[in-house]
Amino acid sequence: MSLLQKHLAQTQAYSGIREIGADPFAVRFSAVLSPTEAELDGRRVILLGTNNYLGLTFDADCVEASIDAVRRWGTGTTGSRIANGSFGSHVAMEKALARFYGRSHAMVFTTGYQANLGVLSALAGRGDHLILDADSHASIYDGARLGHAEVIRFRHNDTDDLYKRLRRLQDVPGDKLIVVEGIYSMMGDAAPLKEIVDVKRQTGAYLLVDEAHSMGVLGERGRGLAEEAGVEADVDFIVGTFSKSLGAIGGFCVSDADDFDILRVVSRPYMFTASLPPGVVASTLKALELAENDRTLRPRLQANAERLYDGLNALGFVTGPRASPIVAVVMPDMTTALGMWNALLEGGVYLNLALPPATPNNRPLLRTSVSAAHTPKQIDQVLAVFEWVGREAGVLPRRSQRASG
Amino acid sequence: MAELVVDLTVREIGRAAEAVLGQSVSVSEGTDIARDLSVDSLALMNIVMELEDKFDLSIPLDRMADVQTVGDLARLIDDLRVKV
Repeated sequence: MSLLQKHLAQTQAYSGIREIGADPFAVRFSAVLSPTEAELDGRRVILLGTNNYLGLTFDADCVEASIDAVRRWGTGTTGSRIANGSFGSHVAMEKALARFYGRSHAMVFTTGYQANLGVLSALAGRGDHLILDADSHASIYDGARLGHAEVIRFRHNDTDDLYKRLRRLQDVPGDKLIVVEGIYSMMGDAAPLKEIVDVKRQTGAYLLVDEAHSMGVLGERGRGLAEEAGVEADVDFIVGTFSKSLGAIGGFCVSDADDFDILRVVSRPYMFTASLPPGVVASTLKALELAENDRTLRPRLQANAERLYDGLNALGFVTGPRASPIVAVVMPDMTTALGMWNALLEGGVYLNLALPPATPNNRPLLRTSVSAAHTPKQIDQVLAVFEWVGREAGVLPRRSQRASG
Repeated sequence: MAELVVDLTVREIGRAAEAVLGQSVSVSEGTDIARDLSVDSLALMNIVMELEDKFDLSIPLDRMADVQTVGDLARLIDDLRVKV
């Protein structure tokens, strides 16, 4: 009991949230019917907060590949690759990723979180400098701490601030590694990667881009923001995940760095975690193939993202700066955010409630993520619920009383 | 002399806290940042960014682990200023 006393403030805040309605941190689906629909308390809800960008979680080929792998290789590896050895599919997955990105090396981790932990802690050690975008994901902050490097934040997407901070370090010994994300997970905005590459070149730093939310989403072949911005050659390390566009779980890093494979024996999150189960690797391999070759997925995703983004803006909601598959609706305060989140759920729309400090500028967000698998009709249905709920909550002006004939 | 520098830095910390928190605060070296100012980790990071701009330096996050009071933060800033 006393050990947990230190979390008293959080305990009180959490019980305050639960008093308002459903517990946003303990949503329990009784069934998942498709990439875009689930059952909650016996009712069907549209899934609009799953990061299932390409909608591949129920793809027949991915499912079959996974079943076949489980039958032939078993349910799990029961150990790390360093201790227990690799399965053929781990190596095949790394080859496929290296080929997909056109890189010499790839390394697979058991989660995306661990990929950042394992890569950042091994690349930047004591005496080195990590320069992180202030809005970086928790896994980046945690990976930075694990490696004992000096950690400096720059203002979100502010290349002048980045430059200023690197200039101050110009005569300080140690390597400098800039860390940014392709698409930021809360607001759906992208890094100004071309400008960041200019700063990197001027200051002699290295650059790592986390493409967790942009892989399969941006770029002609779905390689992410670096591909879209045309600067892949200047990005030294790309980190990503299998748990979003590829519909499973796992993380990876690709690079052309010499001696890359030394990471396998110095990266503790890699060495001391059981490796991905064969069923997960098999569906991911198939999903990567689809993400690269099914040229209908990205246009459908983008069309859905624009339909939702434009629709919400037309209604008068405050959203992020870009129509990406992550569309966040900024809420004026916590009470409104909680009320709207509950009302949306009642109306059959499941999305994410994102609260400070995980959100930029201390503002609560209703965070949605769109899938290529959503139908335009589903998006329209979501917009209708948003409109009704927004007017009830007073976030949108109530319809003016018009003289009716 | 060193004490005077710390005093000036403490005053700047107070200003930065007021700018971020949007209310007047009174700080001294002994002020516990989390407890006395009710500053969460996010607000603290924003206060740090204000101070970084004011003093034109970067305060490494890893060095913040040892900072509990305004005096700790003032001494850290003064230490970093000497190095610049």
